[in-house]
Amino acid sequence: MSTFVIAYYALLIGGSCLAAYFKKRELFLLIFSLTLVSFVMGIIGGVGALRFVTIAAGILALAAGTSYAFREFLIIIAPEGVAKELRTAPLTAAFGMFVIFTYAIAGIFAPVIAPFGEAEIISSAFAPADENMLLGADQLGRDMFSRIIYGARNSVGLALVATTLAFVMGAFAGLMAATKGGWFDQFMGRFADVIMSVPSLVFALLMLSIFGTNLIVIVIVVAVIYSPRVFRLTRAVAGNVVVMDYIEAAKLRGEGDWYLIRKEILPNSTAPLIAEFGLEFCFVFLLIAGLSFLGLGIQPPTADWGSMVRENATLISFGELTPLIPAAAIALLTVAVNFVVDWMLFRSSGLKEV
Amino acid sequence: MVPKKDVLLEIKDLRIEGYSDEKWVEIVHGVDLTLHKGEVLGLIGESGAGKSTIGLASMGFARDGCRISGGSIEFDGMELTTTPESALRALRGSRIAYVAQSAAASFNPSHKIIDQHTEAPIQYRIQKRVEAQEDAMQLYERLRLPNPDEIGFRYPHQVSGGQLQRAMTAMAMACRPDLIIFDEPTTALDVTTQIEVLAAIRDIVDQFNTAAIYITHDLAVVAQMADTIKVLLKGEEVEEAPTAQMLDSPKEDYTKSLWAVRSFKRPQKQRPTGADAIPIISVQGIDAAYGQTKVLDDVSFDVYPGMTVAVVGESGSGKSTTARCITGLLPPTKGQILFNGEALPPRYQDRSKEQLRQAQMIYQMADTALNPKIRICDIIGRPAQFYSGLHGTALKSRVDELLDLIELDPAKFYNRYPPELSGGQKQRVGIARALAADPKFIICDEVTSALDQLVAEGILKLLDRLQQEFNLAYMFITHDLATVRSIADEVVVMQRGKVVEQGPKDEMFTPPHHPYTDLLLSSVPEMDPNWLTTLLDERGTDAIGEAANV
Repeated sequence: MSTFVIAYYALLIGGSCLAAYFKKRELFLLIFSLTLVSFVMGIIGGVGALRFVTIAAGILALAAGTSYAFREFLIIIAPEGVAKELRTAPLTAAFGMFVIFTYAIAGIFAPVIAPFGEAEIISSAFAPADENMLLGADQLGRDMFSRIIYGARNSVGLALVATTLAFVMGAFAGLMAATKGGWFDQFMGRFADVIMSVPSLVFALLMLSIFGTNLIVIVIVVAVIYSPRVFRLTRAVAGNVVVMDYIEAAKLRGEGDWYLIRKEILPNSTAPLIAEFGLEFCFVFLLIAGLSFLGLGIQPPTADWGSMVRENATLISFGELTPLIPAAAIALLTVAVNFVVDWMLFRSSGLKEV
Repeated sequence: MVPKKDVLLEIKDLRIEGYSDEKWVEIVHGVDLTLHKGEVLGLIGESGAGKSTIGLASMGFARDGCRISGGSIEFDGMELTTTPESALRALRGSRIAYVAQSAAASFNPSHKIIDQHTEAPIQYRIQKRVEAQEDAMQLYERLRLPNPDEIGFRYPHQVSGGQLQRAMTAMAMACRPDLIIFDEPTTALDVTTQIEVLAAIRDIVDQFNTAAIYITHDLAVVAQMADTIKVLLKGEEVEEAPTAQMLDSPKEDYTKSLWAVRSFKRPQKQRPTGADAIPIISVQGIDAAYGQTKVLDDVSFDVYPGMTVAVVGESGSGKSTTARCITGLLPPTKGQILFNGEALPPRYQDRSKEQLRQAQMIYQMADTALNPKIRICDIIGRPAQFYSGLHGTALKSRVDELLDLIELDPAKFYNRYPPELSGGQKQRVGIARALAADPKFIICDEVTSALDQLVAEGILKLLDRLQQEFNLAYMFITHDLATVRSIADEVVVMQRGKVVEQGPKDEMFTPPHHPYTDLLLSSVPEMDPNWLTTLLDERGTDAIGEAANV
């Protein structure tokens, strides 16, 4: 028994006793379950496992602390109305916002942050990390770190544009269908079904092979693939709004469809639509990353996380983690966006976990 | 003094807090309540008075977002505030039962009525399934449900609203509880159906000597049911007295004002005569159908300028459908509607802006009739802008003028959103929106039925004042005959899509009547505590059964 192990258990047990004594139920449950996990891990994996648990708990605590501080910071700088909403945000949502904030900074100030250009060859292929290159070099000797930073701009920017386009098309069609009803609704609904019935990746590959792989084509193809989902959601949400008496009152007043959509229906459907935007963004992002991985997305030498995974894939057989870094960047953003969206969904729909 | 052992429920200094705006706010401020075995206590008050909250608290229960923060609730020697949840659960359903306002929403639509009925007795091992079912059928018979042996095997949507409410009362009796809490059990029902439910509840409470707390906002109803009445206001007790004493000589001003509510009445106007008098709206022999189902059959009546025509009838009698035909939402299959002597196009899409402007509508549920995301000034301002092309300062002064008309302070309400308003204020905004179009004819669809009596009276007075000021014609759809008495000039009685009788109000309220009008009129509860007994004696028990099947 090393001193580390003794100190470790003493700290945990002392902490849980204190929490129990002060009736901090949640804190007690947290610390004591950690203690129990450590017992099991310690028996199976020895001191190494315990150190791993300590580090993992430390990182989690650090992330929680950062999220908490970031939320408090936002509450202070935000105007009154927004600050009130922010107070209801759970730590996960604050963490998500922090990550998105970091990505946004990285994307916007990419040329300032990145030490080298995205296509600049500065070293030999697959050179290991040194004081010049934080994460080493890729298969052509370009700086991995710089490419990751530029990737934030390219991948995220492209996904954002494509999602926005999908949203504008889908939401407009959905609102029109709900307002007009009748044959127009039927037609749009069946049209959306047709698009959705084709597997999205296959459809994208087909379109990109036909029209070539430039950025505009990618954006349009991805937007067309994802707009039927937005259409369906918007139509369902707007469908609940159009049956309200105030819509009837506006119709009887003689208002046109455009007024109904803009002034009466849209303000009452924004919350679920914003939440959907976040979710769709994740899907679009993953689809574009997938396309890039297959070589049909953003073309070299432009840095893009999806293609970076593919280009460096060979390294994985040598036990290097480098190709996993862009993959982790994708995963982290997706998780972060989902955290924020969960909070928004919770707020807009009163979606409660029982 | 009643001996202590007869006390079933004793609540002392009950305090309940509700969670809103991130802090706990006290909503019930120290209410005392004593209920003896077999006694029926009526709890009355406006919405927000804490009636239901107190009713639920007597089961030791607080709704989500509420907590019992002080006082004691002693049920048959058991302190409910400190009893663990598991023991409370054993108590609920077996010794204390609850009958909710809407039976339709409280029954599970995918189980048969009798299965839901027998669930509690079987669960608490009081009866075996077969015994429980037989007992249920006996209860159904006592509650005068038609086909008591068979009705339990239907699903909730296969029986009528009044029958479902009675089935729910039977369900509450399943374990022969000591206490039943009735939370507005008849509010959602028509007057004719209400009677059967009231009679059934009273019988069964008498027979089993069950104590009951009867929560309602309708004084006439509580007068029939309760031995003692307790008046609540904003979570505090105003006064408590035996029913007869409370009705004859209320002590507090608030109680007196509640009692006086139904006294508003304005003079009846006569139809203008002469050749140049043309009705503003003339409904001429319209038929209408939803799909294949015919809902209106040869409906005709006239509305003259400056007059109020009340359309009365039970739910499903076609009142609102008539309104939908007039507004053009549902084109009639036969007949026509004249506006000032000119035929209106049947579909609203084909009507001119001017025709649309002249006929406006005020809705029953102000909550759904006002867009929650639009400011009051825009809600009211839009029709003025749309029809008269007002904008800028002219529009603002028009909105201010309208807000003044509906007695809301423009400085305070101009920039607010509908969810920040109370029910009565929302309804006033709804009226202002209709007025903003400067119409000649307004359809009022049950505008007061969702409101408390005091607030409803304010709305009626406002509508009356506006009518005199602008010479408006109203078509007043309602099922509440007290409203008809106070505001109508002419009455149209509808039943199953047909007009059964129509004429000036004074004629309609004096016999002889059409049998249906008679049934409708005699079913309106009166403040006399013996009213229900007298009425039931007059009609005989068979008549109740018939009324149930009307």
